[in-house]
Amino acid sequence: MFNTHSRSPGLIASIASLWQYRAFILGSTKREFQTKYKNSLLGFAWPIINPLALILVYTLIFSNVMGTRLPGAAVDGGSSIYTYSIYLCIGIIVWTLFSELTSRAQVVFLENANLLKKLNFPRLCLPVIVILNAGLNFLIIFALFTLFLLVTNNFPGYSFLAIIPLLIILVAFSIGLGMTLGVLNVFFRDVGYFYSVALQFWFWLTPIVYSANILPEKIRFLIFFNPLTNLLQAFQGIFIHHQWPDWSRLWLICVLAILLNINGFRLFRKRSGEMVDLL
Amino acid sequence: MAQIIVRNLGKAYKRYPSKWSRLAEWMLPFGGNRHTLNWVLQDLNFTVNPGESVGIIGVNGAGKSTLLKMISGTSQPTTGSVEMTGKVAALLELGIGFHPDFTGRQNAYMAGQLLGYSVTQITAMMPAIEEFAEIGEYIDQPVRFYSSGMQMRLAFSVATADRPDVLIVDEALSVGDAYFTHKCFDRIREFRKQGTTLLIVSHDKMAIQSICDRAILLNQSKVAIEGKPEMVMDYYNALLADRENQNVRQELTPSGKVKTTSGSGEATILDVALLNTEGKRIEVVQVAQEVILSAKVRCNQAIDELVLGYMFKDRLGLPVYGTNTFHLNKPLKNLPAGAEMEFNFRFIANFGPGTYSLALSLHASDNHIASNYEWRDHALVFTVINSKEHFEGVAWLPPSVEIK
Repeated sequence: MFNTHSRSPGLIASIASLWQYRAFILGSTKREFQTKYKNSLLGFAWPIINPLALILVYTLIFSNVMGTRLPGAAVDGGSSIYTYSIYLCIGIIVWTLFSELTSRAQVVFLENANLLKKLNFPRLCLPVIVILNAGLNFLIIFALFTLFLLVTNNFPGYSFLAIIPLLIILVAFSIGLGMTLGVLNVFFRDVGYFYSVALQFWFWLTPIVYSANILPEKIRFLIFFNPLTNLLQAFQGIFIHHQWPDWSRLWLICVLAILLNINGFRLFRKRSGEMVDLL
Repeated sequence: MAQIIVRNLGKAYKRYPSKWSRLAEWMLPFGGNRHTLNWVLQDLNFTVNPGESVGIIGVNGAGKSTLLKMISGTSQPTTGSVEMTGKVAALLELGIGFHPDFTGRQNAYMAGQLLGYSVTQITAMMPAIEEFAEIGEYIDQPVRFYSSGMQMRLAFSVATADRPDVLIVDEALSVGDAYFTHKCFDRIREFRKQGTTLLIVSHDKMAIQSICDRAILLNQSKVAIEGKPEMVMDYYNALLADRENQNVRQELTPSGKVKTTSGSGEATILDVALLNTEGKRIEVVQVAQEVILSAKVRCNQAIDELVLGYMFKDRLGLPVYGTNTFHLNKPLKNLPAGAEMEFNFRFIANFGPGTYSLALSLHASDNHIASNYEWRDHALVFTVINSKEHFEGVAWLPPSVEIK
C-alpha cells in the first residue's frame, strides 16, 4: 500500500518541460531585470553606470593615483599602466558572476515559496531564470569592459574566444553548487548563513586582488586546492598576457562541476516533494 | 474527456523531535528514521468521471486544500497516486505571482506564461480576458492600485481564458462581488456544458448544490461520506452541529431520500405534521393555501433555553424559507425535564409547484451551532400543486399588471 510514487520527471522530461515554459522563463528574466530599475528616474542607465564606476575606480585609483603595478611576477608580461586595473576588473567581474549565481540559486526556492506551493509548473525553471539574470548582468558589465580594452588598446586578440568555454565551466560549477545549496537551504537554513560567511573568505582565498606569486612559496600550493584559482588565472592569462589557457589545469573545477550538477539534480529530484511541504 | 482517478491517496508530513534529528537522519546512513508521520489524509479512493462535477466539503483542517494540491500536482502524495488526463487549470489561489509594480496587462501576460502559454497565445486571448474582467482602463494601471476584488477579476479571467479539460477550484471565488461571482459561476457552468470535469472546494452550500453532481465530505483525514450533494450537505451540517458527539444517524426514507438526524438529545421532536385550517394532516398543498406546521416536542432534561427552527428546502435542497422561535421572539426559558409542548406555525404556502422538504432543529439561542439538541432533515416531505395560472419558480408572487 505504501507505494510511494514520485512525480519528479527525469532529465529529458525536465528539459522538454523547460522548453515548453520558455515564455515564462524569458518573461521572468525580463521582469526581474526591469523590476530592479523600474521605480528609478534614470531607469536602464543604472545597470550601465554601476559597472562603469567600478572600472573607473580601479583604473584611476590603482593605476594612476597610487601608481601601483600588479604585485609579483605576473606583471612581467604586462607593460601597460592599465595592467593592474585590468587584472582587478576581470577578477571582480568573474567573481561577481560566480557569487551572484550561487547566492541567488541558494535562495531561489525559498524566495519563490508561494509560487511553488500554489502552482504546478516545472520547478527547474527557477534556476534557469537565475542563470539568465546573472548572465544578463554579466553581459552588460563585460561588454563595457571589452569596450574599455579596445579603447585603451589592450584587447587580447584571438585568445579572447577562450572565455566562452571558461564561462561555461564557471556557470556549470556555480549552478551545480547553487542548486545543491538551494535545496539544502530549504531544510537547514544554516546553509544560507554559512554560505554568505564562507563567500567572504572564499573571495580573499582566490587570487583576485593579489596574484598567487606574492604568496610565500611554502604555502602557495594550498591556494590551488581552491577550484576557482586556476579558472581565475586562466581568465587573467587571457587579458593580461593575451595567452590561450592551459586547459589541463582546469580538471579539478570540471570534475567538481559535473559532480555538483549530478548531485544537485539528484538531490533536487529526491527532495523536491518534501521541499514544498516545508516551504 | 478528462477523468481523475484517486487511488489509496494519503499525505503525511514528517515531524522531527528536534531540529538536529533531520540532520542526523540525513547524515547517519544506518541510523534509521527519526521522524514520525503526521497523517493529514489517508486512504482516499474516488473517481471523478469525465464531465462530472464533484464538490469537496469539510471543516477547516479536514485536508481539502491538501487534497487539491496533490491532485493539481504541487504537493507530492505520501502514498497512492492520482491519475489525470487532459489539460488542467487549478485555481488554488488567485493572483499568485502578480507583481504590484507592473500593469494589469503585463501581469496577465506573466500569469499566462506561468500557465505555460506562449506570448502569441496570450495576445490572442487578451481581448477576451479584458472583456471578462471588466476592469476598464485599470488594465493598463499598475496592479498596486487595484482593489483585491479587481485583482481577483483579472486573475480569474486569465486562469479561465481557455477552457480546461479539468478545472480545480479552491474557494477562490469568494472574494469578488456578487455580480462577478455570478459571472464566474456562469463561466464554470458553461465549461461544464462543454464537457469540463470540475472539482470544487467550498463552504458555500448553494455553490455545491447548484453546481455539483456529487459531493465528498472529508472528516478527520478520511472520506466520511460521498453521494448526492444534498445528502452530503445535510450530513455535514449535522456534523458541524454535533462536533463533540459525532452522533449522526442517516436512514433511507421510503421515498428514497436520506434522512439525517443528529444532536445531543436533551430535547426530542415527537411528531411533526402539515395541517390544513381544519386541523387535518395533508401531504399535498395548493399554491397559496393557508396551512399550519405543527410540531410536538419533549424535553428529556431540564433546559435553560429552547428554540425551534425550521427550514423549507426545494427538491435540490436549496433553502426556500427558514426561521426559528428566537427570531419570532418566542424562545422558551427554564423548562423542566419531561415538559412537552406543541408549536403551531400558521402561514400561506406561497410555494411554486414541486416537492419540498422540511428540516427541523431544536437548539439554544439563534442558531444550531452552539448547542444542538436535535436536528432532523427531511422530517417532512410534501408536494405543492398549482391550480392557478401557470408560473415558474419556487415562489408564488402574483402580480397585477398594468400596461400603458
